[in-house]
Amino acid sequence: MLNYIFYILGGLSVITAIMVISFRNPIYSVLSLIATFFLISGQYLLMNAQFLSIVNIIVYAGAIMVLFLFVLMLLNLNNINEPLKPIKLKTIGVISAGILLLTFLSALTSMYNNEQVLQLSDIGLVKNLGRLLFTEYVVPFEVSSILFIAAMVGSVLIGKRNKEEKEVENA
Amino acid sequence: MDALILIKIIIILIIFAITLFIAMYSTYAERKVAAVMQDRIGPNRAGPWGILQPLADGGKMFFKEDFIPALANKKLFIIAPGIAMFTALMTSAIIPWGGTITMFGYTFDLQVADVDIGILYILGVVSMGVYGIMIGGWASNNKYSLFGAVRSSAQMISYELAMGLSILAVVMTSGSLSLKDIVEAQDGGKWNVLYQPLAFLIFIVCAFAECNRAPFDLAECESELIGGYHTEYGSMKLGFFLFAEYINMFISSAVISVLFFGGYNFPFMHELGLSPNALTITGTLVFFAKIFFFIFFFMWVRWTLPRFRYDQLMHLGWKSLIPLAILNLMITGGFLLLKDLF
Repeated sequence: MLNYIFYILGGLSVITAIMVISFRNPIYSVLSLIATFFLISGQYLLMNAQFLSIVNIIVYAGAIMVLFLFVLMLLNLNNINEPLKPIKLKTIGVISAGILLLTFLSALTSMYNNEQVLQLSDIGLVKNLGRLLFTEYVVPFEVSSILFIAAMVGSVLIGKRNKEEKEVENA
Repeated sequence: MDALILIKIIIILIIFAITLFIAMYSTYAERKVAAVMQDRIGPNRAGPWGILQPLADGGKMFFKEDFIPALANKKLFIIAPGIAMFTALMTSAIIPWGGTITMFGYTFDLQVADVDIGILYILGVVSMGVYGIMIGGWASNNKYSLFGAVRSSAQMISYELAMGLSILAVVMTSGSLSLKDIVEAQDGGKWNVLYQPLAFLIFIVCAFAECNRAPFDLAECESELIGGYHTEYGSMKLGFFLFAEYINMFISSAVISVLFFGGYNFPFMHELGLSPNALTITGTLVFFAKIFFFIFFFMWVRWTLPRFRYDQLMHLGWKSLIPLAILNLMITGGFLLLKDLF
């Protein structure tokens, strides 16, 4: 039963992921990316990682994609003013993406173990995850929070206009 | 096992029907409340006291011409009201409508799913709620619609933060993310509103903003934006958007009752000496009474307060509510620490 759901979700998420890169209209791409996130959250749920699955939806589908959509709607991009890339650049892109795919594949085949992946464990529940984060992995956890603060301060600095500009505008 | 699944399906169908019914009669109630507040009579033509008015409105919506503007993005224009409705209906899955009931030899909860991450699920669905409005506003290809959509999404993202932070304080006092556990922790009159009044205030303000209700209905501000994101909509598509708003109102009233007013708990419920089944049913009725009060509260505020200006809205969200919510979180944490020490 779980296996079937896994294959259905997996197949659908591959289809939506291909839709992301094949649509000409960026709005459709964003919408299919949202669908992909939902399907991946479904995969997390299958592995009983409830916290991860809902955080994936809140952060990626709920917050980041809304901002993406926001920017796309305001810029009103369409395929007329999309710059055409030279064929050389395209070839380089395909080759580097292929190398990345090979790396992923080799990493995955060496650790492939179907039984282990689908085994239900309680590690993904909020209580266990929180305990792990605050005991065993407390240092990486705090370091990543510092990274987040740095990113926040940076975005506030960019968003804040400097004083002189404001005075010029007011004058 | 199969019988339990069947019971869950029946519960889902009942909740679905009740949600639609309440949303339908909320439109009637809204017009009646508005009439009372403005010293008018309100709808009174269809049936006695006008109680058939929602049916008449629905019939009218269905029979109107289903018009799609020529320059609109047709696919997204059609799908947007569906998304709005879908996200509005999703939340009711995890709300505990009552305690346990024993019937035909089975014992079951009056709740569709008691998930470990209940509150996070609500936050997730709330953050999805903006898509229907955004896509609808953009696909209409109308500047007023786009303005409404952009305003609404900015508003929702801003108020989600304060909402999440105020919920965290409740989670800290209850010690669980599951809504069922939060309700059980408030058993015996220990309602969270008594312990977390500030969180309640922040949460209810954010709930108004997330539902796009007055005084925060900037997304459909008639005086500036004609109708906001649904300017180009007509027929039942418009009906879906309006319906989604009333469903959101019903669900947020339910969430407010669960988080702060003890859900299906009521004072002296264990002293009455009722049988477990009767107690559960009474509890559910009390829960619905609380929900109806908050729906009335939503309407009361709408017809009392004027609309905010957009910069005032952003100031309130970012510069007042979020710092207050963080302060509340710190105070709660301090109290919990002190309670552990002594």
